[in-house]
Amino acid sequence: MSVGRFINCAAIKAAYVSAFRQTFHGAAISAVRYKSTTPQSEDQLGMKIIGGPRSFINKLEFLEPKLEDAIPIYRVYDTEGKILDGTQDPKLSEDVLHQMYHSMIMLNTMDEVMYSAQRQGRISFYMTNYGEEASHIGSAAALDKRDLVFGQYREAGVLVWRGFTLDEFMDQCYANVNDPAAGKQMPVHYGSRDLNFVTISSPLATQMPQASGAAYALKRTHPGLCVICYFGEGAASEGDAHAAFNFAATLDAPCLFFCRNNGYAISTPAHEQYRGDGIAARGSGYGMITIRIDGNDVLAVYNATKKARQIAIEESRPVLIEAMTYRVGHHSTSDDSTAYRAKEEIEEWTSGDNPINRFKFYLINERQCWDEERDKALAAECKKQVLKAFTAAEKRKKPSPSLLFTDVYDDLPPNLVKQRQEMVDHLGKYSKHYPLDDHEPV
Amino acid sequence: MATHNLTRVVTGLAKKNLPACLLKRTSINSFVVTKRHATHFKFYPDPPPIDCGPTEKMNLFQSLTSAMDISLSSDPTTLVFGEDVAFGGVFRCTVDLKEKYGQDRVFNTPLCEQGIAGFAIGAAVAGSTVVAEMQFADYIFPAFDQIVNEAAKYRYRSGGLFECGKLTIRSPCGVVGHGGLYHSQTPEAHFAHAAGLKIVIPRSPIQAKGLLLACVRDDNPCLFFEPKILYRAAEEDVPVGDYTLPLGKAEVVRLGHDVTMIGYGTQVHVLKEVAEMAHDELGISCEVIDLVTITPWDEEAVCKSAAKTGRVIVSHESSLTGGFAAEIASTIQKECFLNLEAPVERVCGYDTPFPHILEPYFIPDKWRCFEAVKNVTNY
Ligand SMILES: Cc1ncc(C[n+]2csc(CCOP(=O)(O)OP(=O)(O)O)c2C)c(N)n1
Ligand SMILES: Cc1ncc(C[n+]2csc(CCOP(=O)(O)OP(=O)(O)O)c2C)c(N)n1
Ligand SMILES: [Mg+2]
Repeated sequence: MSVGRFINCAAIKAAYVSAFRQTFHGAAISAVRYKSTTPQSEDQLGMKIIGGPRSFINKLEFLEPKLEDAIPIYRVYDTEGKILDGTQDPKLSEDVLHQMYHSMIMLNTMDEVMYSAQRQGRISFYMTNYGEEASHIGSAAALDKRDLVFGQYREAGVLVWRGFTLDEFMDQCYANVNDPAAGKQMPVHYGSRDLNFVTISSPLATQMPQASGAAYALKRTHPGLCVICYFGEGAASEGDAHAAFNFAATLDAPCLFFCRNNGYAISTPAHEQYRGDGIAARGSGYGMITIRIDGNDVLAVYNATKKARQIAIEESRPVLIEAMTYRVGHHSTSDDSTAYRAKEEIEEWTSGDNPINRFKFYLINERQCWDEERDKALAAECKKQVLKAFTAAEKRKKPSPSLLFTDVYDDLPPNLVKQRQEMVDHLGKYSKHYPLDDHEPV
Repeated sequence: MATHNLTRVVTGLAKKNLPACLLKRTSINSFVVTKRHATHFKFYPDPPPIDCGPTEKMNLFQSLTSAMDISLSSDPTTLVFGEDVAFGGVFRCTVDLKEKYGQDRVFNTPLCEQGIAGFAIGAAVAGSTVVAEMQFADYIFPAFDQIVNEAAKYRYRSGGLFECGKLTIRSPCGVVGHGGLYHSQTPEAHFAHAAGLKIVIPRSPIQAKGLLLACVRDDNPCLFFEPKILYRAAEEDVPVGDYTLPLGKAEVVRLGHDVTMIGYGTQVHVLKEVAEMAHDELGISCEVIDLVTITPWDEEAVCKSAAKTGRVIVSHESSLTGGFAAEIASTIQKECFLNLEAPVERVCGYDTPFPHILEPYFIPDKWRCFEAVKNVTNY
């Protein structure tokens, strides 16, 4: 993925979309018109039938996407954390900045511990968020905590920010009795009603049209709130992504579509996922206001999400944000990414454009509100807390086998009552062949 | 992205953030290898088929690679594609095929199952042989419309002017011990309801290769569901050359006279073990039938055995209600009514989604099947 130009002081209403709007209207005014009809009535006809004014050209010209037209990337600080345009620094309070940094470190620490736990066979599966910490925390911090989140699976930082506890993370990964879903899902499929974070589902992009619908409903019942929908650049290829954009746009739903473009979908590089200028370029096709941002710049993510939220709510329309970042970790614990990408590539991103380091440089050099000593203390404290939660989660029992039948419906229908009884009778006869000791009683 | 020569302000964290795990090469690249529990079945290898030439030890994913390799080399129109197929696939089924046949024939698609199915159908309609991969059977549903409304009905709606018989869609299916809702399903029953498709599920490397080649060459669109737990766990001496096994034919994998047990895929191995247990512990003789092809299925072989034993158990991992066992059971009661000594018993997944940590209690394991043997014989 070659990340292109950067803009540092964009009026956040994305450069691209406002340009699009200008030419759209401009063309209608300046185009050489087909003489005999009255422009007025023709435009009205156009508005009515195709949803916009029509203009004509008399030379045969196809539109060719041009590299120069690539949407630039909004960035607030550089890879050394140096502010590029003072007007763009949101000047967040030290408290908020520390909280953001703390969340990033906590997420990173949890990933390290859980990744090794999986390698040791203590949990069945895990997915790290390495390299994408800024896009999680920057966007989450810009939202109202009542805004509803529809995630993909690599957005644990959003939960960290909202206050999902380490115990809650670990209990889900360990599929123990404290997991609200009774260990029914694989690890990392978190959800929290209290934190307005809809439970993760593995089939990709399914959350996207749901987010549009939820935004539509929220607009009616909870004006002033919006929905944020996270998705990968790979998931954006699904038909559901198209449906989501088109529905949100045509039905004026206040939904923030936040694409984490991290360069890969498992082994498939982004350039095999689409031709054209990435995900952001699709925005205008749907009539959506759009911006592309540096996903490793937590302040750029924060500014963009904050403004996008305001637009979505005030103007009642969806906004598309494409955050350019890099998936530093393997896709999951089932993957070995050295089979399809160069180690140098990973190293370049890890050391050259590390979202945590960049933020830290900003805190130290631009804000003078952080230092090495505090950094070490924070790292140690995070590690301690994570290990504590981890040990506790590991000790807890697994859920009762009877819970296999709950939550299929609101109540157990007769077939499930019967089947549960069959299971109970069976376990009565064959108990020694099942890992019943690990579980709560049947 | 611009690189800088500035010295790092701090270095400790940069290093810490570099996940050490990335730097040492792990030996995995498959979903199944992270399994923690002992498998719920014992794999029963078969001897290689006679007259099929020299053999090589292959596991199930390698035998599939070998089948696709043969199709690619013997038919210049063959195309192999899907998500992450180019680097060998997340289950390693297409390893080295891109290197061997070029990326115009073996390639990645964008991440879109409906696109994969539609693209595959179109290529088959235009005369190419297509082996398309759905990364997991759980993710085939976005393609449901293309498969059920299009692939299945192409010939019927055009009076044979157009058809997509050169299409095969392969997809990993089945439980692995820790897959949960979306890495465990076998959607055979959903598709069995769509006339016009052939649905095949192999139980072993030898079968997988011969059946996949049969699907590829069959003049009907085929769905080929591969029990992913067998990819590595199942090894046999597989003929290296070209061979096919018949579609629509069930296989009696163990002869017996008291009880007939019918299954497919991994479940055949569970049933084989149950047959041994029934023999050793109960002195009951079980006949085990591998259905092999779900549609069109081999009624004749099944009913012949059912008529002989009079006691039948049908077993699959998928949920009971609306499962394919219901179809088999209903045909047996119609065709063999007077021969039956007991009602046909179904041992299936419960009517719930596949659960992650509770999977051992959900699956139709050997103990549930063993209990069913007792039930049908004590009826
Ligand atoms: C419908 C569907 N198809 C395939 C998969 C298998 N799968 C899981 S993650 C993934 C890649 C997703 O890539 P992307 O959207 O870029 O997210 P990232 O992993 O990079 O965060 C694939 C193909 C799935 N979960 N769902
Ligand atoms: C998948 C699907 N959904 C709904 C319909 C029912 N339907 C038939 S035609 C039609 C309208 C199509 O409009 P358009 O694509 O603009 O074609 P036009 O009729 O204007 O030529 C609808 C909704 C259908 N045939 N298929
Ligand atoms: Mg991605």
